[in-house]
Amino acid sequence: MSDTAERTAPVEIDRVIIRFAGDSGDGMQLTGDRFTSASALLGNDLVTLPEYPAEIRAPAGTVAGVSAFQVHISDHDITTPGDAPNVLVAMNPAALMSELAKLEPGGTVIVNIDTFDDRSLTKAGFHDDPLQDGTLKGYTVYEVPMTSVTKKACEPLGVKPRDAERSKNFFALGLISWMYTRPEKPTIEWINTKFASKPLVRDANLAAFRAGHAFGETAELFDHPYSVRPAPQKPGIYTNISGNTAMAWGLVAASQQSGLPLFLGSYPITPASDILHELSKHKNFGVRTLQAEDEIAGVGSALGASYGGQLGCTTTSGPGLALKSETIGLAISLELPLLIIDIQRGGPSTGLPTKTEQSDLLMAMYGHHGESPLPVIAAYSPANCFDVAIEAARIALKYRTPVLVLSDGYLANGAEPWLLPDVSTLPQLDYQLTTEHNHVDADGNPEFWPYLRDPETLARAVALPGTPDLMHRIGGIEKEDGSGNISYDPENHGRMVALRAAKVAGIANDIPDVEVRGDVDDAEILVVGWGSTWGAISGAVDRVRTSGRRVAQVHLMHLNPFPKNLGEVLRRYPKVLVPEMNLGQLAKLLRADFLVDARTVSKVKGVPFTAGELEQAISDLLES
Amino acid sequence: MTDTIDLPPPTTRKDWSSDQEVRWCPGCGDYSILAAVQLLMPELDVRRENTVFVSGIGCAARFPYYMNTYGLHGIHGRAPAIATGLAMARPDLDVWVIGGDGDMLSIGGNHLIHALRRNVNFTLLMFNNQIYGLTKGQYSPTSEVGKVTKSTPFGSLDTPFNPISLALGAEATFVARTHDMDRHHMMETFRRAHDHRGAAFVEIYQNCNVFNDGAFEPLTAKANRDDMLIPLVHGEPIRFGNEKEKGVAINKSGALEIVDVADVGEDNILVHDEQHDRGLGFMLSRLARNPHDPTPIGVFRAVDRPEYSDATSQQLAAAQAQKGPGDLRALLHSGATWVVD
Ligand code: SF4
Repeated sequence: MSDTAERTAPVEIDRVIIRFAGDSGDGMQLTGDRFTSASALLGNDLVTLPEYPAEIRAPAGTVAGVSAFQVHISDHDITTPGDAPNVLVAMNPAALMSELAKLEPGGTVIVNIDTFDDRSLTKAGFHDDPLQDGTLKGYTVYEVPMTSVTKKACEPLGVKPRDAERSKNFFALGLISWMYTRPEKPTIEWINTKFASKPLVRDANLAAFRAGHAFGETAELFDHPYSVRPAPQKPGIYTNISGNTAMAWGLVAASQQSGLPLFLGSYPITPASDILHELSKHKNFGVRTLQAEDEIAGVGSALGASYGGQLGCTTTSGPGLALKSETIGLAISLELPLLIIDIQRGGPSTGLPTKTEQSDLLMAMYGHHGESPLPVIAAYSPANCFDVAIEAARIALKYRTPVLVLSDGYLANGAEPWLLPDVSTLPQLDYQLTTEHNHVDADGNPEFWPYLRDPETLARAVALPGTPDLMHRIGGIEKEDGSGNISYDPENHGRMVALRAAKVAGIANDIPDVEVRGDVDDAEILVVGWGSTWGAISGAVDRVRTSGRRVAQVHLMHLNPFPKNLGEVLRRYPKVLVPEMNLGQLAKLLRADFLVDARTVSKVKGVPFTAGELEQAISDLLES
Repeated sequence: MTDTIDLPPPTTRKDWSSDQEVRWCPGCGDYSILAAVQLLMPELDVRRENTVFVSGIGCAARFPYYMNTYGLHGIHGRAPAIATGLAMARPDLDVWVIGGDGDMLSIGGNHLIHALRRNVNFTLLMFNNQIYGLTKGQYSPTSEVGKVTKSTPFGSLDTPFNPISLALGAEATFVARTHDMDRHHMMETFRRAHDHRGAAFVEIYQNCNVFNDGAFEPLTAKANRDDMLIPLVHGEPIRFGNEKEKGVAINKSGALEIVDVADVGEDNILVHDEQHDRGLGFMLSRLARNPHDPTPIGVFRAVDRPEYSDATSQQLAAAQAQKGPGDLRALLHSGATWVVD
C-alpha cells in the first residue's frame, strides 16, 4: 500500500494549461467551467477561453462539431488563456484531429479510447489510427476507456447504457480533477443542486465523476497527480466572472447607482444574447427587458425608455450595430442618454459569429450618418466589463449622449477571478433633470428651452414627460440652438454641429489620463492596445522586458474622446506598436489624430493573440 | 368625507395647441385631423404634461410639433418601436403614435405589427392618403394597382395592403377606421381608441390634395357618404343608405354581401359585434375592395387582452414579492465565491 501512497504524492507545478475538447454534444463547456470553478475556489489565478463550433448542428463526430474549452491555472498572476496547452483531453477522434496542432510539443494527450473505432476515425478524417501510426510520437498519451467505465459505474443505478454514456464528461472531469488535485466537494455539491430535479441524471453524473477520480487514483496509468498552489491575490472575496455576466451586472449596478430603472431592448445575436438572458432574470431590480422584433426596435425601444427617464440600453454584435446606426443618429440629435453595447465578432456579414474580433472600432466611431460624434469605451478584461458599463452610464447621463461600449466574443465568454468591489464604493451616478422654466421669452414670460446647455459640460436641459408646464417637442430635424425649435438656418446648423462635437470632445476633461506601464522613462518602444488584447499584450511586454529590453505599455479604455495626455505619451517613445484583432483600426486613428508612426500588428483569424506572437512582434520591431 | 379625485383642470383647444406654425399644404386633410384631436383632448381626463405624441417621418409625422404636449419626432417607420419603450417605461403617460401609410406600413411595417400583437398601450393614428407626400408623390403600400406616379410612370404593380385586415391579422385588440371629412366621427373614434387599454389602431382616410387629390371622394364627399359609408355600431344591424335601406348579410356561401333590407328582411341583417372572435371584423374589412365599393367605417374590433406594460410591471412586482427588492451586493455574491486572506 505504501507503494500507492508514494505514487500519488502530488508534484507541484506553477501553472498548467488544459484544453478540454469533444463533440458539441459532449458537454465540454460544462466540464471546463466546473474545472475552472474548482480551481477558482482553490485560489489559483486563471483565464479561460471557450471555443464553440461555428455550426449549430454539425454532424456528430466531425471536426466541424468540435467544442473546446481551454483553461490556464496558475500560482501567479496571469493574463492570457495560454499560448499552447500542456494537456489535451480529447473525447473523440475529431477532437484530436482538430486540436492536436495547438498542443505544446511533448504535451500530454488524454483520449477516450472507447471512441477510437474505424467509423469515428473516418468521420474525423483519419485514414489510419493516430494512436498507432506515430502521429502522437513525442507526446505523452493516456488511453482511458471513459465511456465503458462510466457505463459500468452507472450500471448499479439502473441507468440505461445510452443515458449513462452522456455522463462521460463528468468522468473526464473527475479524472482531471484527480490529476490536478482539485477538491471534489464543490463539484459534487454543484451536481447535487443542478440536477436535483432529475435524480437519475444526478446519480449518474456523480457516479461518473467519482469513477473518473478513482480511475486516476487506482489505475496504474499515471505516475502521480500535480498540484498548483493558490496565486498570491489581494485579500477579499472573489468570484469567477465572464464578460457578459459582468456587463449585465454592471448595467444593474449603474441602474442602482443612478436610481434609474434599467430598460434593455435587444434582439438575440451571438455573442451578445447572454446579457439579455442574464438581465431578464433580475426583474426584482426593476429591470425591464424587451426581446424586440429586430435590432432597430431594440435600440428604438431603449431610446423611448430613455426619453421616458429610464436607463435605456441595447446589446448587439456587429451586424446588429449596423442596423441600429440610424437610431443612434437620432439619439445623438435628441441628445438623450443611451447605452449601445457591441460584443464584437468576426465579420463582415455573418462572418464568424462564435469567434472574436475587434473589427467594429471604426464603425463604432464613424458608422453613423452626418457629423455624429459619440463617446466610445472598450472593456479590456471580463471583470472590467462591470466597470465599463458603469462608466458608460456615467458619461451618458451626465452628457446626455449615446455611448458605445465595445466588448468582444473573447471577453464575453471568457472568465477570470474577480475581486468583488465593495458596493458602497461604487460611484453615484447623477442624472440632473430640469423641473422648472429655464428661460424667459421676449415678452418676459417664463418658458422651457430643451437645448439650453450647461456651460461647462455643454449638456442640454432635459425635462421628462410628466413634468408640469415644461411641455416641449424634440425631434431629429435640426434644432435651433437653445429653444430646440425646428431650424433650417445654415448658421445655426453649423453651430449645432460644432456644439455636439465640442460636447463629446470635452469629455476628455472628465476621464483619467492614460497610465503608462513598464519602462515609463526610457522605453525603446510603446505598445498601445485596446479591448481584449490586454492580457496577451501585458504578457508579451513582460516577457520582452525580462529579456532585457525596455518596453512601455498603454491600454486604452476611452477611445472617444482619447485621454488628454495620449498625444504626449505617444510622442515620448521612439517606436509605437499597436496590436489589434483587425487590420489596424486604432493605429489609423492614432496616426490621424496625433501624426505618429504607429505600426500595426494584426491578427484577424477569429482567435486571440497569444503572448508569444506579440513577444515576437515587439522584438521584431525593436530590431528593425 | 368626500373622495377627492385629481381631475385635470379644464382646458380648451387653445391649451392643447403649440405656438408652432402649422405647415401642411393648404387644403390638406391633416388639418382637420389635427383639429379633431385638439378639440377632443379637453374632453378626455388627461393632462397635457402626461400626454406624449410620438411620430416617425412623413407629412403626418409633423403632428407632434403642433400639440402643446410632450412630443418626439423620430425617424422613418420607428415610432411604434420608440413608443413601445416609452409606454413600457412610463405606464403613467398617455402615448399617441402618429404616422402615414408609408411610415407605418412600409418602412415601419414590422414595428407596427409587433406593437399591435404585444398590445402596448398607445393610440396609433395612421393617416392613409395612399401616396407618399413628403417625398413628393411616389406610390405607397396602400396605392391601388396601376397607380401612375413619378416612380411608376407605367403604373404600379404591387397589390396594396388592406390596413384593417393587416391590423386584425396582427392580433390588434382595437381596430377602427374613420375619415378626415367627418370631424364628429373622427372624435368619437379617437375617443374610443384612447379609452381602450392596449394598442389601438385607427386608420384615417386622409386626402392629400397635392399628390393624390380626391382618392376617397367617392366615399367621403357629403353627397356620397350615405350610400358609400357603412357605419359599424356595436350590437346594431349593419345598415346604410339614405333610408337605411341597405345592409350587410351573410350569404349562402358564408361570405358577407350587401343586400337590400327589403329583399332579405330586417332579421337577416348582420348585427355588428366588436368582440366577435371568429373573424367578423376581418370579413368586414374585406367587404370593400377599393374606394368605389361601399366601405365600413367605425370600430371593427375592440376586445380586452392584458396590456403589455401592465403585464411587464406585474412580472416585476411578482419578482420583488418573491425575492425582495434587488440587492446589488447579494447579486455580485450570487455565484461561487471564495475568500483570500
Ligand atoms: S403633400 Fe399631401 S399629405 Fe403632405 S401636407 Fe401636402 S397635401 Fe398634406
